[in-house]
Amino acid sequence: MRVFHFTEEPYPDAWDPSRDSYRVTLPNSECDPQTASSLYHRYLDEWALADELGLDIMVNEHHSTATCLTASCHVILSILARITKRARLLALGVPLANRADPQRIAEELSMIDVISRGRLEMGFVKGVPYEPPVANISPVRMMDRVWEAHDFILKAMTTRTGPFNFEGEYFHYRNVNIWPRPWQQPHPPVWITASSLGSAAAVAQRGHVLATFLLGYKTRDLFDRYREHYRATHGREPGPDRFGYLALCAIADTRDKAFERAEEVRRYITTTSVVYEPFRSPPGYMPATDYARVLKNAGAKVPRMVPTYDGRMKDVNSPLEVQELIDLGLMFCGTPDEVFQQIVAFESYAGGIGNLLLMMQGGALTHDDTCDSLRLFGEQVLPRLKAYAAEKYGAALAAA
Amino acid sequence: MEMIAAASRRMLDVRGIEQELFEAGDGAPVLFLHPGRGLIGSWPFIEALAGKARVIAPSHPGFGKTSLPRWMNTVEDLAHHYLDLMDALDLRDLTVVGSSFGGWIAAALAIKPTSRITRLVLMDPVGVKFGGRDDRDIVDIWAQKRTDLAAMMFHDPAKAHIDHASLPEEELLALARNRESEAWFGWSPYMHDPKLIHRLHRIAAPTTVIWGASDGIVTPDYGRAYAAAIPGARFQIIAEAGHFPHIEQPETCARIVGDLIGQGR
Repeated sequence: MRVFHFTEEPYPDAWDPSRDSYRVTLPNSECDPQTASSLYHRYLDEWALADELGLDIMVNEHHSTATCLTASCHVILSILARITKRARLLALGVPLANRADPQRIAEELSMIDVISRGRLEMGFVKGVPYEPPVANISPVRMMDRVWEAHDFILKAMTTRTGPFNFEGEYFHYRNVNIWPRPWQQPHPPVWITASSLGSAAAVAQRGHVLATFLLGYKTRDLFDRYREHYRATHGREPGPDRFGYLALCAIADTRDKAFERAEEVRRYITTTSVVYEPFRSPPGYMPATDYARVLKNAGAKVPRMVPTYDGRMKDVNSPLEVQELIDLGLMFCGTPDEVFQQIVAFESYAGGIGNLLLMMQGGALTHDDTCDSLRLFGEQVLPRLKAYAAEKYGAALAAA
Repeated sequence: MEMIAAASRRMLDVRGIEQELFEAGDGAPVLFLHPGRGLIGSWPFIEALAGKARVIAPSHPGFGKTSLPRWMNTVEDLAHHYLDLMDALDLRDLTVVGSSFGGWIAAALAIKPTSRITRLVLMDPVGVKFGGRDDRDIVDIWAQKRTDLAAMMFHDPAKAHIDHASLPEEELLALARNRESEAWFGWSPYMHDPKLIHRLHRIAAPTTVIWGASDGIVTPDYGRAYAAAIPGARFQIIAEAGHFPHIEQPETCARIVGDLIGQGR
C-alpha cells in the first residue's frame, strides 16, 4: 500500500471571512510574494521529509486562488523530481480540459519522468467549475476534451516512429515527436478521478487507476462499478493498486492534539468552495439534466446527503465537526493507533485500496505540526499498513 | 405556459438537423431568431406580430427541445443551417428578425448571398467587436451575479424573474440546454465573430436596428456603431426597454416590424 502526502499549498493569510470569494475574483494584491515564497519552501521541505519517511507525494493545481498556491503541477513536480530520492510523484491532477496545449503537457511530464528516473504518476482531471472562466476554455463538453487530450498525450508518449499528425475535435497537431520520451515504458501510470458511476466505468475500460476525492461511504459503489467493468474489459480482477482514495488526515501522539490539528486541516473543506456566485456553476459544466434541478431549487441550498460508517445520513454541504468528518470517512484522525484502525476499516469497506492520498497539511497547520504528523505517520502507521496489505494481498500486490 | 398554445409546434428534419419550429399567424413570412435564453418571454411579441404576419420561430439547433449536432460550434454553422431552413420551407419575401444572440445569427445569415431575405430587423444584436483588445464591448453574462444581470438585461428587473419552480421538467431542461448551447457558441471569442465586422457591408436587405434604451449588456452606442456598419441601416431606440425590447415592449416592437412589412421597407 502506498500513502501519498498531499497539500494544496494553501495561502491562509488571505482567507478573510468577510470576503465572498477566495478564488477567481480575489485580487492578487492579497498575495505577498515573500509570504508565498516562504510557503513554497516549507511545503517543498515537507514533501522532501515525506520522501525520507517512505511516504509518496501528491500535488495538484488550481488557478487564481488563495486556497492553492500550486498553479502548475509540472513546476512543483519538476523541483520534487530533483530534490527527492525515492517517492512516487503523483500529479492529481493536470486539468486536461483547461489546458490549451496537450503536446506541451506530454513534453513536460516526460521531462519530469526522466529527471525523476521513472517516478511519475500522471493524474488527469476535468478540473473544478471555477476555472474554465479563468482558462477561457469552454465549460461545455469538458470530459470530451479530457479524453481527446488523454488519447493524444498517450500517443505522443508512446510513438517511437517519428513525427505523427493528429486532427481531433479539439486539438490539431502536425509533426508530433516529443523529446525526451518517458522513462517508464510504455508510459507513466495514468490516474483519473471520478465521482460518477459512468466515469468509473470509462476509467476501468482503460485500465487506469481510479481515484475518488472525499467520497466517504459512497466510494464502494464506484469501486464496484470499476471492478465490474475492469473484469469485463480485461478478463481479470483489478488489484488494489488500481484504486486511490483521498481523505484528510490529522495525527498526533494524543487524541486531543490530533483534534486540534484536524481543526486546521479541515479548513480545506470550509474554504475550498468560497467562490463568487457566478463562477460556481458555469454553463455546461454539469449535465443539462442536473442544471435543470439546480434551476428548480433556485436560491435554496441543496443538501448533499451521504452516509456515515454506521448508516446515519449527513449533509456534507453543511459545516461538519471533526468527529462527523471521521464518521463520514472523509478524515482519518487521532493517535497513530486510531488512524491505523480507521484506515483499515475504510480500506476493508471499500473492498481494497492500494493508494491512500492523505491531506496531512491544510489550513494554517504549521510546519512543525505537519512534520510531526508526517513522522508519526511514517514511523508508526505506514509500517503497519504495509504489513497489513502484505498479509491481505500478498507481498507482490501490496508493494505495487 | 405563456401563449405557446397559440403557436403550432412541429419538428422538422433539415438536412439531418433536428429542427423545432413554432408557427403563428398568416401573411408575409417573418423568421424570428430567438436570443440565447430561448423563446421564453418572447411569446407576447410573437403573438402580437402574428396578427400582422406569418411568424416562424425556430429553436436553434441545441436549444429548446433539440439536440446539438456534434460538428456545429460556430454561429456561422447556425447561419448556414438557416439558409437550409429557408430553402426547406421555400420562404420568399422574408423578414428576418433576430434578438441578441439571435440577432448575431441574423446578421451572419444576411451577409450571405440569398434572394429570399427582403428585410432585416436586428434587436440589440451581439456578434461584432468594435473596441480594442482591452475593451469589453459585451458584458460577460457568465461573470455576473443573477441580480446584477437582471438589472443589466431589463429596464424593469422584475421582468427578469422566471418562476422556475412552476415550470414543467421539460421546460427546465430546455432552459438548461439553452444556457449550455449559448455558451458553446458564444464562449470564445466571447459573443462575437472577429470576421463579422468586415462582412456587414455585404448585407443587401434594408435593415432596421432597434435598441433598448436601458440595455446594460450592449449599450445603445454599440448599437449605433452596428447600424453604421450596415449600408443604409436605420437605428431606433425603444424607451423603457433593456437588452430585450421585444420582451419588455412587445406591442411596440411588433408594430415596428409590422409597419416595415406594410410600408414595403
